[in-house]
Amino acid sequence: MTVATETPAPTPRAPKRRTVRDVVFVEGVRTPFGKARPDGLYAETRADDLMVKVVRELLRRHPELPPERIDEVAIAATTQQGDQGLTLGRTVGVLAGLPQSVPGFAIDRMCAGAMTAVTTTAAGIATGTADITIAGGVEHMGRHPMGFDADVNPRFVSERLVDAQALNMGVTAENLHDKFPHLTKERADAYAVDSQAKYAKALANGDVGPELVPVAIRSAELGWGLATADELPRPSTTAEGIKDLKTPFRPGGRVTAGNASPLTDGATGCVLAAGDVAEELGLPVRMRMVSSAFAGVAPEIMGFGPVPATDRALAHAGLTIDDIGLFEINEAFAVQVLSFLDHYGIADDDPRVNPYGGAIAVGHPLASSGVRLMTQLARQFEQHPEVRYGITTMCVGLGQGGTVIWENPHHADYSGHTSADGEN
Amino acid sequence: MTDTSARAERVTHALVRDVALPGGAGTLALITLDNGLDHTKPNTFGPQGMAELLTTLEGVRERAAAGELAAVAVTGKPYFLAAGADLLGVAQVTSYDEALELGRMGHRAYSVLGDLREQTGVPTFAFVNGLALGGGLEVALNCDYRTVASDAAALGLPETGLGLVPGWGGAYLVPRLVGIEKAVDVLLARPAAQKPYKPAEALEIGLVDALFEAADFLEQSIAWAAKVVAGQVEVPRRELDPQPVWDAVVAATRQRLDATIHGSRPAPYRALDLLAAARTATRDEAFGAEDVALADLIMTDEMRASVYAFGLVSGGKKPAGAPDPKIARPVTRVGIVGAGLMAAQIALLFAQRLQVPVVMRDLDQERVDKGLGFVRDTVTKLVSRGRMSQDVAARIVASVHGTTDIQDFASCDFVIEAVTEVMGLKKKVFAELEGIVTPETILATNTSALSITEMARDLQHPERVVGIHFFNPVAQMPLVEVVHAEKTSPEALATAFAVTKKLRKTAVLAADRPGFVVNRLLILVMGKVVESIENGTAAEVADTALSPLGFPMPTFELFDLVGPAVGLHVLTSLREDLGERIPVSKGLEKIVAEGTKVVLDGPKGLPKPVNPAVQDAFGPARPGEPGVLDADGVLDSVRTALATEIGLMLDEGVVAGPEQIDLCMILGAGWGFHTGGITPYLDRTGYSERVLGRRFLPDGVANVPAGTRVG
Repeated sequence: MTVATETPAPTPRAPKRRTVRDVVFVEGVRTPFGKARPDGLYAETRADDLMVKVVRELLRRHPELPPERIDEVAIAATTQQGDQGLTLGRTVGVLAGLPQSVPGFAIDRMCAGAMTAVTTTAAGIATGTADITIAGGVEHMGRHPMGFDADVNPRFVSERLVDAQALNMGVTAENLHDKFPHLTKERADAYAVDSQAKYAKALANGDVGPELVPVAIRSAELGWGLATADELPRPSTTAEGIKDLKTPFRPGGRVTAGNASPLTDGATGCVLAAGDVAEELGLPVRMRMVSSAFAGVAPEIMGFGPVPATDRALAHAGLTIDDIGLFEINEAFAVQVLSFLDHYGIADDDPRVNPYGGAIAVGHPLASSGVRLMTQLARQFEQHPEVRYGITTMCVGLGQGGTVIWENPHHADYSGHTSADGEN
Repeated sequence: MTDTSARAERVTHALVRDVALPGGAGTLALITLDNGLDHTKPNTFGPQGMAELLTTLEGVRERAAAGELAAVAVTGKPYFLAAGADLLGVAQVTSYDEALELGRMGHRAYSVLGDLREQTGVPTFAFVNGLALGGGLEVALNCDYRTVASDAAALGLPETGLGLVPGWGGAYLVPRLVGIEKAVDVLLARPAAQKPYKPAEALEIGLVDALFEAADFLEQSIAWAAKVVAGQVEVPRRELDPQPVWDAVVAATRQRLDATIHGSRPAPYRALDLLAAARTATRDEAFGAEDVALADLIMTDEMRASVYAFGLVSGGKKPAGAPDPKIARPVTRVGIVGAGLMAAQIALLFAQRLQVPVVMRDLDQERVDKGLGFVRDTVTKLVSRGRMSQDVAARIVASVHGTTDIQDFASCDFVIEAVTEVMGLKKKVFAELEGIVTPETILATNTSALSITEMARDLQHPERVVGIHFFNPVAQMPLVEVVHAEKTSPEALATAFAVTKKLRKTAVLAADRPGFVVNRLLILVMGKVVESIENGTAAEVADTALSPLGFPMPTFELFDLVGPAVGLHVLTSLREDLGERIPVSKGLEKIVAEGTKVVLDGPKGLPKPVNPAVQDAFGPARPGEPGVLDADGVLDSVRTALATEIGLMLDEGVVAGPEQIDLCMILGAGWGFHTGGITPYLDRTGYSERVLGRRFLPDGVANVPAGTRVG
């Protein structure tokens, strides 16, 4: 005889079909950027240690974020060997003291590494496979010169897939000058001088600084020190001063150390979260990701990559370039920024572009630069509630560009993000 | 010509660099101590390094006075703040004035850190990034504030264990920071137990003010310093303990010292004297007293013997006489004959450290189960105390197999026997094994008293037999005697050394002579004490007659630990092999036969008194009668016997030299650093020359050389 019980039989959990969620930018920080030379700040500091300091600072700034809630750590580097090898996202997580349960991986799209770490893990957040991620990048160019030890397939050259010179980034910048003769060396130099000046002003105003993580640096000769400020900017740069610099990529060329980003060591990182999770944990929402895109161009003019990438990202978002109120564009080379601005009919000195200066002043530690752009845009959003949309964009070696469009949560018409009760 | 045998000072440099304190709190002058060498060579301080530090600090003081600095901090090269004074340098001091200057130079430099805030308003910090011992910790103690990294290997003031006192401010500063009671732990108890502080412990008692995780220790320390400078963080300091508390702790400590080390070495007493005076002395008086105590002690034989002993036990040295490690055979499966207590302890150690399968075999299942039970219970205990992970425990338990079938040894490449100490039985075991294992399999024996040459004599392959003598308790005792029998091959010997190295034991090569090293001397000493009682000395008097040597415990407590039956067995077998100079004792035989407990229980940590029943076993004492020794007489007879026996051992080639004897006695019997093991003590008391007509060690190696002005 069977007796009917009051307790219902356990039912299998209803299979849940998740809706797409909004991804928000919670916090971005970086190390001071150092000169990638034997006398640079980080000459005796490991790349992975730079990244560890960044991850720990992110957690320190957000005690409300339980570390075990982090679902992924994606860390980019262009040259993944030595102290940038061994699956950075995992090694850095362990070294930073994240719980063992937090997974991690390494990622590479050359200069857009950290940007790709953001877009890739953001995709996971949007589709519900992660709630919170850490995305970032590190490049110790002093220890790992770009392309070092790479074994380039001879077919690139034998089948003329890519001009052999296209692997030299400086040469691709000269190519852009060729392609757009009206983007002259004088304009490039003027842009570069402006970048230095804008950086200096931002530093003086405290717009650069709050995002920096001090890093203890050891020197066998000098003892321990502390890196607290960017090492590379030359605030007193004048057009006259850089006019006659050498053109190392071509005799009589236009690209010089004055109008290009210097070789740099540094690391960046950010916390991304689903909108509803940020709300649940009380995490600040500094930006909402609107759309992103990567696009390829001829490797010989890789600096033009941001244009097709931005076109795509705008199309994804249903926006036009006129909707964008702030631009954070990576300054690998002045001419590459100019080609972007020129394409969209934006003035060389448009105040919406790189208000804190750019990589020409602060430096460009390849795979880490993407998150620097985002961190700066987030701060500008706070200062400009009248701006609704901004973009972060950069060119990538071997002919790519990447763009991420962000919405300003401080704007009056902010569209909102997925909230804890499932509402937008 | 100058003597170039003395090592030049490894100079620790004091590098200084400006750091911007966060939050605009000003400039921190950050001093890094760095000898420029790799992590195997810690920072240490000698005269040149200390002079350099002083110069650096004076420069910093000038800048502080000029208002350029908001703070000063000291840290070290990776993994080390500093390991203290350069001991080898200290032991080479040849005059009292030089010794006095050693203390003064430290105070001169460190006092700049201690005085800076009062003189200029600029606070000083120590960021203890790694190991900080002795003078290394005292750098930090002289600063106003201290942080420590979570991975700092050790913090402590081990000086009293090395015949010194903390003489660069430690004796005065520690009781003020942590209170007199904890200061006694820091200066005396921990050094005696050779147990420095872990960072969390140091924080708990107040030796340091803040602990930061290693991953960004320096950054967080600097940020913390900025908060201290800005007044956002306040570090409370304790009041001085009241005088009665201070006096009571000092008095109780003095009693305890008398009860445990009986004046056998001066350093702990000098440290206690400094602590006693530290409450009321001015800082200058206290530092002056430290200088004098340090100088006095540097010029003692006890201190020189301690440095010699420290050098012997400091790891990483290749054992004297060991063959090329490359010819050692691989050990992939270990057999253990027997499953008794010794066998089970050995099985556990092999499974734990060699990480290979271990087969333990005994005659019946009950004994086998008991042996396996020991292994299981021990790892369970270690897991419950947090000393071993579950997974490691599971691996160990799974890798130790029990059997009653000797055939299970067939695939072992290394078999060690730990069966009852009966020659016939051991020979039978080895003969049986030879029919089962391959000709290359190493056969080791853990015998403590039998001839290994004899044990191997009838084998087809006697060259594979080697002695590996463990001490009880196997897990704790750091020494193993590796014994070379007549036919032992270099391969077998190399394998034995390789195995003991993996077991993390210190191996000493000994010839196959009765009792090898430790038992021969230890049992001889016990035999001489018992002999004196046999001849009429009161048991109570004889038991403590050796206290001037500062042994770890009185003779009968040692008997109790070893087991009187075992002691008697070894004594008897030594007498059979070595002759009548090894005493015989009817009284001891009676004690063993009747199972008399030889000591009474006493308070933990204090010596146990001899049981009056022991006297009964020997018959009444006859103090004062002719031929009956008093305490001094017993001590004299023991010293004489030791000098005689060690002379014979060296003649017999039991070990390569007196250093190996000393190493064995320190690690195998716990004899003190202040005796240098034993030969420095016999040299400095004149017994080696009196008995043998020669010293064991050259003058000056482990003593203050003759002709040195010591006061």
